[in-house]
Amino acid sequence: MMLSTIISMAAAGADGVAASPIVALAYLVAGVLFILALRGLSSPASSRRGNRMGMAGMAIAVATTLYTHDVVSLPEIVGAIAIGGVIGFVIARRIAMTDMPQLVAAFHSLVGLAAVLVGAAAYLNPGAFGILDALTGEIHNASRIEMGLGVAIGAITFSGSVIAFLKLNGNMSGKPIMLPARHVINLGTLAAILGLIAYFVTDQSPWVFWTVTALSFIIGFLLIIPIGGADMPVVVSMLNSYSGWAAAAMGFTLGNTAMIVTGALVGSSGAILSYIMCKAMNRSFISVIAGGFGAESGPSGGGAAAVDRPYKRGSAEDAAFLMKQADSVIIVPGYGMAVSQAQHALREMGDLLKKEGVSVKYAIHPVAGRMPGHMNVLLAEANVPYDEVFELEDINSEFGQADVAFVIGANDVTNPAAKTDKTSPIYGMPILDVANAKSVLFVKRSMGGAGYAGVDNEVFYMDNTMMLLADAKKMVEEIVKGLAH
Amino acid sequence: MDFISILSIFVLACFVGYYVVWSVTPALHTPLMAVTNAISSVIIVGALVASAEAGSAAAKYLGLLAVVFASVNIFGGFAVTERMLAMYKKKERK
Repeated sequence: MMLSTIISMAAAGADGVAASPIVALAYLVAGVLFILALRGLSSPASSRRGNRMGMAGMAIAVATTLYTHDVVSLPEIVGAIAIGGVIGFVIARRIAMTDMPQLVAAFHSLVGLAAVLVGAAAYLNPGAFGILDALTGEIHNASRIEMGLGVAIGAITFSGSVIAFLKLNGNMSGKPIMLPARHVINLGTLAAILGLIAYFVTDQSPWVFWTVTALSFIIGFLLIIPIGGADMPVVVSMLNSYSGWAAAAMGFTLGNTAMIVTGALVGSSGAILSYIMCKAMNRSFISVIAGGFGAESGPSGGGAAAVDRPYKRGSAEDAAFLMKQADSVIIVPGYGMAVSQAQHALREMGDLLKKEGVSVKYAIHPVAGRMPGHMNVLLAEANVPYDEVFELEDINSEFGQADVAFVIGANDVTNPAAKTDKTSPIYGMPILDVANAKSVLFVKRSMGGAGYAGVDNEVFYMDNTMMLLADAKKMVEEIVKGLAH
Repeated sequence: MDFISILSIFVLACFVGYYVVWSVTPALHTPLMAVTNAISSVIIVGALVASAEAGSAAAKYLGLLAVVFASVNIFGGFAVTERMLAMYKKKERK
């Protein structure tokens, strides 16, 4: 009720672009609701309430905008919202949880494209956005820079996300694609974009605006193609951040608090996630962005000589027997679990073990999977209670007391070379100390094909390791059968 | 609003974002990305302005197209976040 009062007051008090304090207040309320939406995610218990607040914030922002403008095309706008809304809703309902990284990349590309379109509309009809100088009849200088930056970041977000989507969705090889002299090309293009945006202040002719837009589309594409599949968590987070900065730049153009606050929130959120991901791989942000990681196979120090080393191979029955006897089992899932959709079978295995009185916990490395928190969502989908799922720093000391570490579809994040071998490309990366468990069960498709980093893993050849070579889902289903009788 | 007030809001919001996002539990990082995606589509405000105002037919249609894209994101983003969050359950205490 209070809400409708605010909005109707806003409608009465303003014409044209947000001028009345009540209108500004409504956008501020929307901004605060968005902050609370993120705040809610501090625990699963409060998260759904947070999400509802986000929806309310969006409803206020949209309603306020429509009420305060002389809307000449309401039916068309409602139609556009309805079309987009139905498409979005259907996709959200149908998407498989394993495809979440692709979906997020696709959504990012839409934010980027919307930013470009809004920027172009503002350039074509500056009067509507209130960015015309009353004296000269030209666009304000500050607005030109904000618009230029907004369009550039939006275009980079769009084309970068499209490439990320194609790589994550498997339409394009996950291997890095290396152009010759790419650093020179990229830096040159970036410099050209910034130079043109600066020049835009003195000359607002169309060719400047459209060249900035075109170059930005190209650079987004060039920036992402040399980056390999397993670095996608960083890329997706980074594009998340960009989509925020694009919204913020447009917020500056419109002088809109809700857009600025949201842009800043999303921008910092993506930046922090990129930082966490880089730290979890012990790599600098620059080295990830420069790309090419995992392009060369068999690095010098990683033990490329280890072709025919002896290892122990086990069957599903052996694994079932071993885990039945154990007091505690820690499960370490990785991208391989997502690929083979093994999460449901895994939860069944966990349930059967718990029935036998075994303590079951899950250990998640921050970069397991293809996006931040990917494994947690899949386990949640399979009904694994979230209080059985632990982050690296909370569980790593427990491997020493665990009877069995069950590694499924993870490799590099368990590799002790990260601690011992200074020449290894993954040296310094924090790992899950599975080798400290009394025995290790390692589910892997085959002995060939090391992890993403192309490094052999010592854990395979330890005396207390049993390799379970099969498709992850099939192997776990076999183990479940073994446990059932 | 003058540039300095807008800039102040922006800088302070960056700090708020910094502290709020660090308090998000790592288990919810995927929903975090989905919901930030949805809220960054507040750019729909700009799209609505473009499609609502008279003056340029081209700007109007660009705006309407942007409204469609932003709506996909808003509805899709919030709905998929809701779907994910509904899956996070605590252990049943017997």
